[in-house]
Amino acid sequence: MSSERTLTLARAGREAVIWEMENNPEVFMIGQDIVGTGGVFRTAEGLAKRFGRDRIVESPISETGVIGLATGAAMAGMRPLVEMAYIDFIGVCFNALANFAAKTHYMSGGQYSVPMVLIAGTGGGYSNAAQHSQCLYSLLAHMPGMKIVVPSNAYDAKGLMHSAIRDDNPVVFLYAKAVAGLGFLGKPHPRAMMAVPEEPYVVPFGKARISREGSDITLVGLGYTSVLALDAADLLMQDDISAEVVDLRSLVPLDRESICASVAKTGRLVVADEDYGSYGVSAEVLAAVAEKIPSALRAPARRVTFPDISIPFARQMEYHVLPSAQTIADAARAVVRGGA
Amino acid sequence: MHELTAERRIWMYRTMVKSRAVDDRLNSLYLDGKTPIFDFRAGILPGELHPSNGQEPCAVGVCAHLGPDDSITTGHRPHHVAIAKGVDLKRMVAEILGRATGLSGGRGGHMHIYDKAVNFGSSGIIAEGIGPAAGMAFAAKFRGRQSVAIAYIGEGAANAGAFHEVLNLAGIYKLPFILVVEDNAWAVSVPKSYSTSVPRNSDRAAGYGIPGEYVSGNDPDLIFAAAGRAVERARGGEGSTLLELQTTRLKGHFVPDALAYMSADERKAMVDMNPIYRDRLTAEGVLTNQEAQSLEAEALAEVEAAFEYAMHSRFPNPEAAFDCVYA
Repeated sequence: MSSERTLTLARAGREAVIWEMENNPEVFMIGQDIVGTGGVFRTAEGLAKRFGRDRIVESPISETGVIGLATGAAMAGMRPLVEMAYIDFIGVCFNALANFAAKTHYMSGGQYSVPMVLIAGTGGGYSNAAQHSQCLYSLLAHMPGMKIVVPSNAYDAKGLMHSAIRDDNPVVFLYAKAVAGLGFLGKPHPRAMMAVPEEPYVVPFGKARISREGSDITLVGLGYTSVLALDAADLLMQDDISAEVVDLRSLVPLDRESICASVAKTGRLVVADEDYGSYGVSAEVLAAVAEKIPSALRAPARRVTFPDISIPFARQMEYHVLPSAQTIADAARAVVRGGA
Repeated sequence: MHELTAERRIWMYRTMVKSRAVDDRLNSLYLDGKTPIFDFRAGILPGELHPSNGQEPCAVGVCAHLGPDDSITTGHRPHHVAIAKGVDLKRMVAEILGRATGLSGGRGGHMHIYDKAVNFGSSGIIAEGIGPAAGMAFAAKFRGRQSVAIAYIGEGAANAGAFHEVLNLAGIYKLPFILVVEDNAWAVSVPKSYSTSVPRNSDRAAGYGIPGEYVSGNDPDLIFAAAGRAVERARGGEGSTLLELQTTRLKGHFVPDALAYMSADERKAMVDMNPIYRDRLTAEGVLTNQEAQSLEAEALAEVEAAFEYAMHSRFPNPEAAFDCVYA
């Protein structure tokens, strides 16, 4: 019997974790505060009670050690989930992830695989300043051997989490904090809350979602910015601009075909990203268009990203530089008006 | 606990001979094409080469207690440990020579030796194999198995963050894990006496609530005894051990290394354990001279066969570079 409830992104993702843990005894979770509080972003809420402390493993503040341990357990055939709270902390364990976990399958000629999921919150917008508000997924997406997922809504969060836990590679699964639906980070965004089936299902990696169809311009986003792009598309309707919204869902693999198919149709492009602008997702999207369909653009594309500055604390400054529905819509209008 | 039987001592000696023969052969192959002007890119064996000459006792004394279900990760100087763990020698040499038949099809090279059949892996970045070995120990404990997992590091790695984080994890989770520190006294050119705040890293075990033991002498029999105690603790559910083994790095950090950073006295003081152990076994009647000679010939023949296999293996198809990125 199929039944659906409206869930937040965080709850939907956790539901997939619970199902996988119930159905695969080799899945376990390790991380800080997951027993006592369910994790900073509630990714493990209630799990210790349900699965016991052998499978919900509290860890000290030792990210290098924990990622290393999870990698070894994965090499031995288990499926660890590492709860890392803030993706900003990747700096202290980058080597364990990028130089060991992500390279082991390659360096061993395919003998060892590392089926591990690293779960963390990404992004800002709540005055947590420069060291707890970053996205950093572009940094990780640059390194081969990992897959990177950033869901924008509850339905995708559950399906992508099932895919992540079943994947035989290291997967970085990022909850965009602005849409995760955690009460203490503001009211859940209505577009991110979604009807979610109770039974398990997978959303495959590398398949972007056309979350809104349109004909005049393509807005590409992921996580929070794909929600903002939908809001921007509403604003653009007031100017009779029909925007198509492409939600990337995963950065690695990246669905270049869907991006190009949409741009080939609309002839115009704005890429929105909450990560730093230079050398990031937005550049990769523009490169895909430049390489595959160089003559498709009827006007120069634009990017709306976080600027190349550290993230400021004061609300006035942070909101000034964060992408918003308004800045995305403004960029889209400029592209449409400036073009042929 | 395993007894130090004649059979095990002979196995240790034979494995030391085999390991030395591999490194000696690699050493000469490596320099071929790299003289008079040294160039990493040149010759039949490009890249860096960190030979294990002198450190063989650390491998055999520990691995004599292990079976294929026990796991090992090691670092940039992996040959002796790989050979003692039972890694497929032909495919290991083929990997070091960058052949398609290598353990990783030529993607890894000498610092990245993996043989899943005997649960062995190595990583070139210092200290980064410690956590994964602890994870293998975690998996063994989680599944209720008796197997142990061992991380090999050099003494220089004991100042890296992973050393401290993972020993603490091993302490709180009571993992069937052994951290073996091969103390050859030098991290490339930096002496331990300068780099390390305590004379013995094994003393640092106290900070993590686990036993630490230092074994002097680079002596296979003493290492065997200490490793036996550590393995017994791990298999018996008593948790982890930090085992530091004094050893000697006869050929320096990598080939070629003129050891210019060492004093003449330090260079002279380096002792090769292989002939000493041979003399001990013959003096104690464990082996006759004749038996030792035939055992050595047998080991050399095995090594020769591995090099024959590797040298006659084809090079990888360049396009194979794109395989194995993802599982």
